Amino acid sequence: MTAIPVAMRPRVSKQMILEVVDVRDLSPKVRSFSFASISGQQLPAFVPGSHIVVELGSKSNSYSLTGSGQYPDAYTISVALAPEGNGGSKAMHQLQVGDSIKVSYPRSAFAPVASARHHLFIAAGIGITPILSHARAAEELGRSSSLMYVFRPTSGVHLQECRSIYGTTLTEYTDRESFNSSLRSALLNQPIGTHLYVCGPAGFMSSVLRLAEEMGWPTERLHSEHFEADVQGPGKNFQVTLAQSGQTITVPGTKSLLEALEGIGISVPNMCRKGVCGECAVPVLKGRVEHRDLYLTDEEKALHETVMCCVSRAQEQELELDL
Amino acid sequence: MNVEMQSAGSSTDEIDFQEVPTFESEVPNRISGFPFPFRDDVYRYSTNVEPALQLVQTEAGSWGDRIIDIDSNYLEELNLRETVLRLDPTRLQVMSHMRPAAWDAITTVLPQMAATYPDIMKFERQGNQCRWQNGLQDIDLEFTVGADETLPEGPLHFLGSQIQDDIVLMDQREGSLWLDAGLVTFAADWSVGFDVGMRFLEIHGPVPRVHEERIITRAHQFLLRLQPGEQYRRTNWTMTVDRRLDTSTETYPEWGKDRTLVVDDPTLPDRLHLRVEVQHLIKLPATGALLFLVRTYLASLREIATVPEWRTRLGKVLEELPSDMAEYKGIDRYRNAAAHWLQGGD
Repeated sequence: MTAIPVAMRPRVSKQMILEVVDVRDLSPKVRSFSFASISGQQLPAFVPGSHIVVELGSKSNSYSLTGSGQYPDAYTISVALAPEGNGGSKAMHQLQVGDSIKVSYPRSAFAPVASARHHLFIAAGIGITPILSHARAAEELGRSSSLMYVFRPTSGVHLQECRSIYGTTLTEYTDRESFNSSLRSALLNQPIGTHLYVCGPAGFMSSVLRLAEEMGWPTERLHSEHFEADVQGPGKNFQVTLAQSGQTITVPGTKSLLEALEGIGISVPNMCRKGVCGECAVPVLKGRVEHRDLYLTDEEKALHETVMCCVSRAQEQELELDL
Repeated sequence: MNVEMQSAGSSTDEIDFQEVPTFESEVPNRISGFPFPFRDDVYRYSTNVEPALQLVQTEAGSWGDRIIDIDSNYLEELNLRETVLRLDPTRLQVMSHMRPAAWDAITTVLPQMAATYPDIMKFERQGNQCRWQNGLQDIDLEFTVGADETLPEGPLHFLGSQIQDDIVLMDQREGSLWLDAGLVTFAADWSVGFDVGMRFLEIHGPVPRVHEERIITRAHQFLLRLQPGEQYRRTNWTMTVDRRLDTSTETYPEWGKDRTLVVDDPTLPDRLHLRVEVQHLIKLPATGALLFLVRTYLASLREIATVPEWRTRLGKVLEELPSDMAEYKGIDRYRNAAAHWLQGGD
């Protein structure tokens, strides 16, 4: 599971233009791409398990970075061709060395727990990509870890890298039955203080997590690569009427209300632009607000008298603001 | 005190010292770059966080266009830090799982510092091999990221020997931030040895008013949502008697009594200082740990009074401040005397 569904993809605010410096086939369906800085600058380090959002034409998709992240010369991702997807992976597979591409700064949503005594990594199929990042970082930082990897006989993507990290302690499974039977004993026999990290198809992840919980693992020790919606993700278009001037504007789904107001020359005091600091409150005269901020209390939100215009939107088609 | 370039002659072949900033005499420098924190005549707590690196114009000058700010007190304050650490090694705390975060802090802060002061500092890195040159301290040092033994006192102590800021590192796990490492010698009446291992919300438990107004929980949510590489800042303030940076809980017996004695002291305007912290909140790129840098600035009431707008505003803020907030800040004994003087009294 490396691609985030388009409807849930995060807003990409901070981007960089990188150059494709390496393309290679890992299996008939999976191709790896490396991106480096065009100007030769060092790329920002990233937290193990991070992803980047790649923008290609009108498509944006998120892909896990497979490096350790500690001092990257390049960002490397592995993209499985998904014929039934939105076309993002097909477009990616057209990329060639020398092409330039727009990517977000790395975003961390599947971070290792630094205080863990041991890291038990479990990957299935293309779910190996963020797990490989974790495994490499654990090796570089000298953290205790082990890996269980489930893959189809002909498509063990990144198998060689996994074997070179873990040697004979890597446990490989080419069918679900053998994995299922050893999972139970693996879950029983971890050192106290072990954290479990799993990535793979949704059904696979939930069965691993369910079994771990049944066997008494605290949920704080269980981590899965979940591609959750960003609170600042895109929304629907809506209309805003500005009562003082009588102007009406449309806020497109890809823009915040604050950005739309700024776009017509109305400046609203703001600081964090993340719905926290409370600076950009605007009085609402009509309409219900889809609150996405952390500033207003639940009681205040229920009144629909204020909108934090950097993140919040309209529930229905229209809002009237006292501006 | 001017920073002296005692060492400039010895390593000029590596760094060009011709552009060394000439620090002006102490007082103008301290006030022109002083981060006067009040936007209004009334002060209340708020989640006053904003993106870092934005210049703020004040009535006396400006501040805020850099993360690491070096001023004329640089060598003096770093010497003081070493003295405090020698007398009380508990001011440095690093839980073992925070070692990578301490290295992450070094490889994040030193390049920024070199970019801010290119004429006197230089940072180079190839893989894990780094070289750091600091002309203000005559340092030319090579070290290996992750290898603690390559820095004389370990990574966090070394970073604390290069910047005037106190350093706190917070780990993020289980939906919380944990203060799991720090080098804090200039605390405003708190103790890193006491707070280490505690959660952000526990540490802020005693602060009055902020819980009813959900300020701390909002700040916590904000910090948890920061993405690696993002840098924010806020200011905080209190007051301190004399130019004393080390007002840690540990040394309370040394400075606590001054808070009462200063009230009737005719030299109160020179002894009483507005203490402002510029706190930078940096989500570290390689570990995701949160780096808090706390840079402390002190200006006496007499220095504040050289800027008429500040004099009036601070007087009003001190006079109006609710008693529970004044008590928590430890300024309740003398704030009326301070407000009286600022507002033109004797």
